[in-house]
Amino acid sequence: MAETHDGATRRDFIHVASATMGVVGGACVAWPFIHQMNPAADTLALASTEFDTAGVAEGMAVTVLWRGKPVFVRHRTAAEIEEAGAVDLESLPDPQADADRAERPEMLVLVGVCTHLGCVPLGQKATDPRGEWGGWFCPCHGSHYDTSGRIRKGPAPENLEVPPYTYISDTVIRIG
Amino acid sequence: MSGPNFSNPVVRWIEHRLPVFSFMHHELHEYPTPKNLNYWWNFGSLAGMVLVIMLVTGIVLAMHYTPHVDYAFASVERIMRDVNYGWLIRYIHSNGASFFFIVVYIHIFRGLYYGSYKAPRELLWILGVVILLLMMATAFMGYVLPWGQMSFWGATVITNLFSAVPGIGDWIVTLLWGGFAVDNPTLNRFYSLHYLLPFLIVGVVVLHVIALHRFGSNNPLGIDLRGQQDSIPFHPYYTVKDMFGLGVFLIFFSAVVFFLPNAMGHADNYIPADPLVTPAHIVPEWYFLPFYAILRAIPDKLLGVIAMFASIGVLFILPWLDRSPVRSASFRPIFRIFFWVLLADCVLLTYLGAKAPEGIYVVLARIGTAYYFFHFLLLLPALSIFETPRPLPRSISRPVLDPAGSVAAPAATSKEAP
Repeated sequence: MAETHDGATRRDFIHVASATMGVVGGACVAWPFIHQMNPAADTLALASTEFDTAGVAEGMAVTVLWRGKPVFVRHRTAAEIEEAGAVDLESLPDPQADADRAERPEMLVLVGVCTHLGCVPLGQKATDPRGEWGGWFCPCHGSHYDTSGRIRKGPAPENLEVPPYTYISDTVIRIG
Repeated sequence: MSGPNFSNPVVRWIEHRLPVFSFMHHELHEYPTPKNLNYWWNFGSLAGMVLVIMLVTGIVLAMHYTPHVDYAFASVERIMRDVNYGWLIRYIHSNGASFFFIVVYIHIFRGLYYGSYKAPRELLWILGVVILLLMMATAFMGYVLPWGQMSFWGATVITNLFSAVPGIGDWIVTLLWGGFAVDNPTLNRFYSLHYLLPFLIVGVVVLHVIALHRFGSNNPLGIDLRGQQDSIPFHPYYTVKDMFGLGVFLIFFSAVVFFLPNAMGHADNYIPADPLVTPAHIVPEWYFLPFYAILRAIPDKLLGVIAMFASIGVLFILPWLDRSPVRSASFRPIFRIFFWVLLADCVLLTYLGAKAPEGIYVVLARIGTAYYFFHFLLLLPALSIFETPRPLPRSISRPVLDPAGSVAAPAATSKEAP
């Protein structure tokens, strides 16, 4: 066996090289089997929804289905907008200004999924409990959201997510 | 292998080529079993039999079930109403899951009481905890398949636990779902895995039994066998006893299957899944309640998830937390008291897991969670040092033949076979 100066043999090199190739090859084969679990092309193709906000009168809220999840569209009253804007950001668990959360202040668009463990918060119907800050209340583990959908009290770590959306006409939004 | 002499020529022909008969003779007939096992030792083989019941009924149900969001609920209702004896097979399967956990929890607490996790049975214990984890995953995914409201929202809440992982949490959850919410791809993969995991359980059970047969069963005295007079052959003595236990079990099981088939379920799961409406009270199946209580006891999302997994994780290192050389709680006066405290704590957590997380229930859940970890992480190591065990009998036969002859002897001087 041909030995190099530090005692390593050519066979050691073969062992290391084979093991390395085995690991790299294994990882390459593993990836398709992991990635197949990610959303498929047809699932991704359904990833945008269009909605006409003209029908949502002031004080009213509508729930739209987007990517299998509810999206809350709420036409806020002037009092609600003022309330959301007047909050001291320092006091929020997840500080974010109301102006950064709505393209047009009167029309609030949010993913209606509690950021704790994924329940749908109550507050879309006039008869629903809306929590201590007049926004939404999650009945599963007691998270309160304000009129901007920001977390104020309870176990949820983050504000209700604002989905990506654009106005494709004066009143129609495309979510996603 | 010097097996027994078989007289049947067919058996001899097979035995010569495939030594299954000598294997069965060795592991079932000769297998020396402590002669003092009490009825708490029935639950291991009973769990194996419930596993077989679950496999048989599950394979039959799979012949009639449709794993698609539009048809799953209806196909389960068809099983209940139209398939011949479908109602019976489904009720055996759904209640069988509950009874599987009852049997396994008793089996685990028996091991905790009699110190069955101690040397040389650490790997036997760890394989058992692996089986428990596989059972929990299987039960969770099975509960999703009927695609009722509890199925859907249970799946949503439990998969969302993984979003607590820092950095890659959302990526993991999307990977689990195969979409942006629990949906058809989720149902399909859960069905596939629900069919697979029980067979993995069978594999780990085989390893569990191999590890068991290495040193044999522990026993109520927690001392090693000192010779032939301490043991009896497994067959017929314990095969008969296990059969008797199975009969008693089936009386209780049948009572629930035939007269209270929905007692352990939730009415909400007879409402088809609706991704837009969350039920007012999401409660997991009863066998997950203590872990759910621990999850909710901690106000931080990530720490709550960590505590919940740690409550099982701590069982993996139990053999190294409890260093007392005495196995059986019968000879550990202080440990025995705290065993019952732990059992009461687990019952309390089960109760609290079903309650709304508010007011006094949150406080109690925090105390219960704190005690659970205190018991394993601080109390057991401390007891190993400070507790004075009672004298152990010299052998299993001695307390019967010569009760006065009990002499203190170290219990776990395990004779590791070469």
